[in-house]
Amino acid sequence: MAHAHKLEIFRGLVKFKSNTQKIWGVLIFLTIVTGIEVVLGIYKPESLMAKFLGMKILNWIFIILTIVKAYYITWDFMHMRDETKSLRRMVVWTAIFLILYLIFILLQEGGYVFDVYKDGFIKRDF
Amino acid sequence: MSTTVVNTGTEGKTWGGGNKPLNASYGKMMMWFFIVSDALTFSGFLAAYGFSRFKFIDSWPIADEVFTHVPFLHGQELPMIYVAFMTFILIMSSVTMVLAVDAGHHLNKAKVTIYMFLTIIGGLIFVGSQAWEWATFIQGDFGAVQTKGGNILQFVDTDGHRVALRDFVTADTHADRTQHERKSGLWFVSEGSLSSYTVDEVVQGLESHENILVRTQIINEAGEKTVLSRAESLKQLKDNGKLVVEGANLHVNEYGSPLFADFFFFITGFHGFHVFSGVIINIIIFFNVILGTYERRKNYEMVEKVGLYWHFVDLVWVFVFTFFYLV
Repeated sequence: MAHAHKLEIFRGLVKFKSNTQKIWGVLIFLTIVTGIEVVLGIYKPESLMAKFLGMKILNWIFIILTIVKAYYITWDFMHMRDETKSLRRMVVWTAIFLILYLIFILLQEGGYVFDVYKDGFIKRDF
Repeated sequence: MSTTVVNTGTEGKTWGGGNKPLNASYGKMMMWFFIVSDALTFSGFLAAYGFSRFKFIDSWPIADEVFTHVPFLHGQELPMIYVAFMTFILIMSSVTMVLAVDAGHHLNKAKVTIYMFLTIIGGLIFVGSQAWEWATFIQGDFGAVQTKGGNILQFVDTDGHRVALRDFVTADTHADRTQHERKSGLWFVSEGSLSSYTVDEVVQGLESHENILVRTQIINEAGEKTVLSRAESLKQLKDNGKLVVEGANLHVNEYGSPLFADFFFFITGFHGFHVFSGVIINIIIFFNVILGTYERRKNYEMVEKVGLYWHFVDLVWVFVFTFFYLV
């Protein structure tokens, strides 16, 4: 059971002495990321309100930070880092592929329905 | 355990059995595959939320204006603080869980017990916070009027601050109508609770308070809700006002589109149910640890498996937090 843990995060930039230490290190990192999200969410800097690929830059930052958090929860708390490469790919790629597909279809369709309401003859403002 | 193991004499041979594919035990691998399918369920919900949001992209409620409450700090506008606290609690309980798993690897029963206990406490705090969040959301704060078209009209003063119905509307006590109950009339007809005011009373209140304006749900270019002029406010309310809405449920929502409330109840409810079942499973494993089941088995893998589930619940919350409260 006591198989070896990989103790490096950030591609070897930070190396911990024990698994327990790594857990606390990752907690600190996740807390900092959540803190950044909350501060940005409360103050909403004007410079990040510009649109980029159909969405505010601020929202892109939130989504990227969320994926970063998800990565460290999966890799270090769920020990995905220590699993074999094939198990990792089975779980992660399957989920990512299906989720991207689903998001693309539904958001595309949602935007289309919005346009139908806006440009069509359906009245909603009453 | 050793008495139950059948020795086939083919150990070490690739097709001889007793081989762990992917170096993971059966239980752990199945937990991973369950997590993948559950992740897809949650993605389905969140993507459906995204669909509805893109459909009403110019009128969706702004989460910062909806979730502004913190327990014991009544009347203060503190957007996000409490949700951030809940997120931190859940991440913290994830940490104690992974510490329990780590202690399990070292067969340290005392430490596993303590960390499992802390994890359960963290889970309970989270579920309790969510219950409070629901109660606050259902109860509502300012009240609003729903139009014939199902849009929401809210009220602000000339500075743009929200004004609650109770601050400018007076209920006509003589025209009181009691709620119909099954026991006092037709038993097969029921009615939801009545709002404190009628639309006519709100119109009167608006007419007699010069400094109050109507705010629609349409988001303008500055990313804020549109505030109507005094004349337009009165016209809009008189022409289209149909129902006084206080708080939120599955049919109406004083914060904006009813779909927002539907998705809020459904997604956070489904997640809260996961947390709740996670706490129950953790409690079962906690007692097994105390009883020494895994001590005798010389293997704490069961803790690791519930740990995977618990982390997954945390993982989902990270996404719910982003898509419901931040974006």
